[in-house]
Amino acid sequence: MKKTVMRTASALALAGLAATAALADESADLIINGEIEITIRAAAPAHMENVDEIFSGWLFRADETQVMEMDDFDNPGMIFAENGLESWDAVEGTEGKSCASCHGAIEEMAGVKAVYPKWNEAAGEVRTIQLQVNDCRENRMGAEPWKVDSGSALNMEAALAAVSRGMPVNVAIDGPAQSTWELGKEIYYTRFGQLEMACANCHEDNYGNMIRADHLSQGQINGFPAYRLKNAKLNGVQGRFRGCVRDTMAETFATNSPEFIALELYVASRGNGLSVEGPSVRN
Amino acid sequence: MASGVKPRVKVPKSATAGETITIKTLISHTMESGQRKDSDGNPIPRSIINRFTCDFNGQNVIDVKMEPAISTNPYFEFQATVPESGEFKFTWYDDDGSVYEDAKSISV
Repeated sequence: MKKTVMRTASALALAGLAATAALADESADLIINGEIEITIRAAAPAHMENVDEIFSGWLFRADETQVMEMDDFDNPGMIFAENGLESWDAVEGTEGKSCASCHGAIEEMAGVKAVYPKWNEAAGEVRTIQLQVNDCRENRMGAEPWKVDSGSALNMEAALAAVSRGMPVNVAIDGPAQSTWELGKEIYYTRFGQLEMACANCHEDNYGNMIRADHLSQGQINGFPAYRLKNAKLNGVQGRFRGCVRDTMAETFATNSPEFIALELYVASRGNGLSVEGPSVRN
Repeated sequence: MASGVKPRVKVPKSATAGETITIKTLISHTMESGQRKDSDGNPIPRSIINRFTCDFNGQNVIDVKMEPAISTNPYFEFQATVPESGEFKFTWYDDDGSVYEDAKSISV
């Protein structure tokens, strides 16, 4: 008990490197907690014309960032997922119900995150998982809906993602969702802003290259909500979209706008075959 | 004052005598630095964990003084040599006087 070694955040990175010296950036495999195998590279879904293989954003991150996601204790995003789990069991609203009152344990929802955004027949629209949660809150619990991408909404999304980890993303793009999906695809390939850049210019034409100091990924969203080291909190998909569109020096679409819901569906469909990975750790 | 504070600790359940083990600790805390201002321009008062200690069977393992520059949800990872069975006791001290504790036993 005499000898102790202090390690804080900076030294942690070194520890991470030492533990995974064998990992090369692009050939690494992601196994969380030594048991959940995550598919981080897969054959591209048939609808993608210009890409043969799809990669999780995890592959594009530095070794020490990768390591943080390999253990739930080291993954700061799990703190938020735990908070989401607490609200899963918390009774709210006029009906005296919690999520668990109808759905049971959150593990019962395994696989749900993998198929969202999804067409809702009764409402006649494509819904993100956050909108579906809000539908439950309003109509079944009699509670106030959460603001899209607010802390509580992202915590719940993270908790729902966590129980689906390892399951393949499989959003439906045909049938009634097709027109929404096509709108999303059009946005993906449309150049926006003063820089006149489309999503595809970076994430399809140039993934793997550097954009200044950042390693461009394919822009996959299978790992969302993502814990970003730069702001130390969970980030939603549409918040990320806003950031990207803003960086093209454009006026962004609003969070939860029909355009971003369509784009979320389209980008999710580009990851069909990768595993649900959220809450992930990114830079 | 600080809400949602929850300590987490990861210690192996068993070890051989004299083995060096790795201990990981994390406490969810906003770690408000006192340097920031709210939307009205008023300073947000400092609220951080200012000290973290770990003891093993009453003997101190580490004692850390923490400053406002440390970011949210402070994480500590350190190693300790375990001579005998016993209990690790972890204590975090908040600016507001709160003390958060956790303990993990280990058998040799």
